[in-house]
Amino acid sequence: MPATTVAPAIELKGISKAFGPVQANKDISIRVMPGTIHGIIGENGAGKSTLMSILYGFYKADAGEIFISGTKTDIPDSQAAITAGIGMVFQHFKLVENFTVLENIILGAEDGWSLTTSLGKARKELVALEQEYGLNVNPDAVIEDLGVGMQQRVEILKALYRQADILILDEPTGVLTPAEADQLFRILGRLREEGKTIILITHKLREIMEITDTVSVMRRGQMTATVKTAETTPEQLAELMVGRKVLLRVDKAPAAPGDVVLDIQNLHVTDEPGVERLKGINLQVRAGEIVGIAGVAGNGQSELLELLGGYARGTGTVLMNGDPIDLSGKHSDGQSRRARGIAHVPEDRQREGLIMDFHAWENTAFGYHHDPAYKSGPLMDNAAIRADTEAKMQRFDVRPPDPKLAAKNFSGGNQQKIVLAREIERNPDLLLVGQPTRGVDIGAIEFIHQQIVALRDQGKAILLVSVELEEIFSLSDRIAVMFDGHIMGERMPEQTDEKELGMLMAGMEVPQ
Amino acid sequence: MDVMPKWAEVILVPLISLILAAIISALVILAIGEDPIAAVKLMVSGALGSTYGWGYTLYYATNFMFTGLAVAVAFHARLFNIGGEGQAALGGLGVALACLYIPWPHWSLALLGAIVMAGIFGAIWAAIPAYLQAKRGSHIVITTIMFNFIAASLLNYILVNVLRPRGSMDPATARFPEGTHLPTLHDVLAPFGISFSKAAPANITLLVAVLACVLVWVLIWRTRLGYELRAYGHSESAAKYAGISPFKITMVTMIISGGLAGLMAINNVMGEAERLVLNAVEGAGFIGIAVALMGRSHPFGVFIAAILFGFLYQGGAELALWTTIPRELIVVIQALVILFTGALDNMVRMPLERMFLAARRARTPKPERKPVEPAE
Repeated sequence: MPATTVAPAIELKGISKAFGPVQANKDISIRVMPGTIHGIIGENGAGKSTLMSILYGFYKADAGEIFISGTKTDIPDSQAAITAGIGMVFQHFKLVENFTVLENIILGAEDGWSLTTSLGKARKELVALEQEYGLNVNPDAVIEDLGVGMQQRVEILKALYRQADILILDEPTGVLTPAEADQLFRILGRLREEGKTIILITHKLREIMEITDTVSVMRRGQMTATVKTAETTPEQLAELMVGRKVLLRVDKAPAAPGDVVLDIQNLHVTDEPGVERLKGINLQVRAGEIVGIAGVAGNGQSELLELLGGYARGTGTVLMNGDPIDLSGKHSDGQSRRARGIAHVPEDRQREGLIMDFHAWENTAFGYHHDPAYKSGPLMDNAAIRADTEAKMQRFDVRPPDPKLAAKNFSGGNQQKIVLAREIERNPDLLLVGQPTRGVDIGAIEFIHQQIVALRDQGKAILLVSVELEEIFSLSDRIAVMFDGHIMGERMPEQTDEKELGMLMAGMEVPQ
Repeated sequence: MDVMPKWAEVILVPLISLILAAIISALVILAIGEDPIAAVKLMVSGALGSTYGWGYTLYYATNFMFTGLAVAVAFHARLFNIGGEGQAALGGLGVALACLYIPWPHWSLALLGAIVMAGIFGAIWAAIPAYLQAKRGSHIVITTIMFNFIAASLLNYILVNVLRPRGSMDPATARFPEGTHLPTLHDVLAPFGISFSKAAPANITLLVAVLACVLVWVLIWRTRLGYELRAYGHSESAAKYAGISPFKITMVTMIISGGLAGLMAINNVMGEAERLVLNAVEGAGFIGIAVALMGRSHPFGVFIAAILFGFLYQGGAELALWTTIPRELIVVIQALVILFTGALDNMVRMPLERMFLAARRARTPKPERKPVEPAE
């Protein structure tokens, strides 16, 4: 369609969707003009993904209408969405790892009975597409050999190959380095110039400000505002998302580092298939400081936390308050680590930190279920655990404060508060924190950051791992960058910037 | 948020499943030209109409309680113990050895001794597959099934070549001595002035089974071991994070599970046959899977489901005896019950959940006023 028509590329009118008693989308109306980048921002659980899933035909709306380029369109399944010119790039790529780029692109869109003819036809189209939009991807590369940034481009190409005029990207920068994210934004800019319409779903304010033309804010299933990006500020957007004023940066006093609590010397970890994940790590964490580890996911940060937490094996020396801890023997388990004063808020609270089907009170005892305070003779003192949980829920503002609710029924932020309350209130000498605010709403982020800083101010050592540079900058007293199992360098937050860290994260040596 | 109230979850869903199974069974009976109503009457009167019928129903139920608990305990740690059959057979061997070679002065001491031996033998038979899974990665479903066959062959060998009394043609042990005979329900209830059939095989083991239900409940929901076991069953990755050893949990859970299955031998070998015969378990190990499934792996549910299956067993035997309904049809009816209460659970659950939701919406006309967290 010509870009000069005034009809919006997408118009949603009064979309509502409920899952059981939960109203995920309520009377949502939105107009996205062709040739623009439209941001949709909101906290986790605000209903962004549900809305996009309705647009892409995964869910059927309970009420409301969808207009594509001015025509009312029914989208019962994703095939209909593709026919209507909508393409979606998911947060978790849907690619066949051992297929080539070309094979992945035609997958599901093969025509004719012979694969050779469709491959030949696709190759021509692909080359044309790549030139048109400046996407450099080798059609014959195998997916598993490509980096995440490249894989994402393959997803974009897949959508374009299916003649998508409207591209939806769901949290596209979650797995990218800052440099890769910049490249992605350049590609998106190019697509906009070519008249494509782009919907960018994110919870990162910086991205919204950088690339979008218009932004819609969602809160609790409702669309609270749609504004021109140029006419708003990050603070205003945050307030719209949360419904109150939010501190985007943590207020914290300068650190007063004390004795070395954790001393890691020449640490190696090899994982189950035999890949060396940590290749000689040296790192110290002192009492009263937060050491942040920056890096793209998958460069050994998880293995470092798992080893320190007691459920990965390694070689080397790790001293805790001057005494070595067992890295591969009988005492290399979570119980022994806890006894040594190491508490651990794991990266993946749903897989590790919590048992999702357990009640909140059962989760409060998790890992500390041998605590004598939770014991009554040979049995567990469930009443004591429940009382303790209730008190913790009060102090950490967990909502709803109901110890008998299953963990899965809390929002991401409240789940994290349950884990944090459990670990911090053990008064550990060392707190390991992995991705403390992943999937956590802005309001809770502020609270969680404050708790971590408060623990530091009590003179505890904190090792923070996060893929969010913003979080690393705002919390850390010292930053170490990991790449491919090595520490590329340490920096003080006030003496570095995102650009320098980005280069270190990509494995480039940067002289200090 | 739970969609249905607890009573609907625990009572309504299984009840509707049972009714559906009964309706289909009735249709099948009609199709072969018999009267389903008469058949039901016969089953009820045969299984529940006399203390003799009750005696058989409860005898079968006792077997199923042990094997059902065995499956249920393992299932809480997400271990699928299909080996109840073999573990119960080995438990029988333990009971036979205890009863034949130790001169017990009183049945109560014999019962304690037999409990220990049955438990140990069943536990060992489950511990080997558990070790193979925990250390070598052999899947426990496969190994426990194979161990059923090994147990059958082993028992065959031992009964024929070792334990068979000289001169006997029957592959079975000698009769257990008088001092090991357990009191039947007739003996137990007589002092209370309740008359119970003398001929029925139900015996004091029923009380042991009920006690086992209570102890399993305590184990799973009140002890640290039960807590670790459930945590491991829900999420192995989380269990590792918490410092719970998968090896320890797999071993301990299977030892408890195998021990429970082994205890069944108290009932059928010591309480009923009073000697060990070939194939003494008669499929109760497999029925235990259905019982645990229907009882939702909850000891109380297992108790109820075991009685239901005891009723089906005894009622079915009566049907085969007094009507031209073939014995195979009883198996069909039992299979339908398993199918509806186990495999087709969601078929009943989903519409029910929808009804409860609709009812709740009707009560609260403006659900948006409730401060619910929208899901993404």
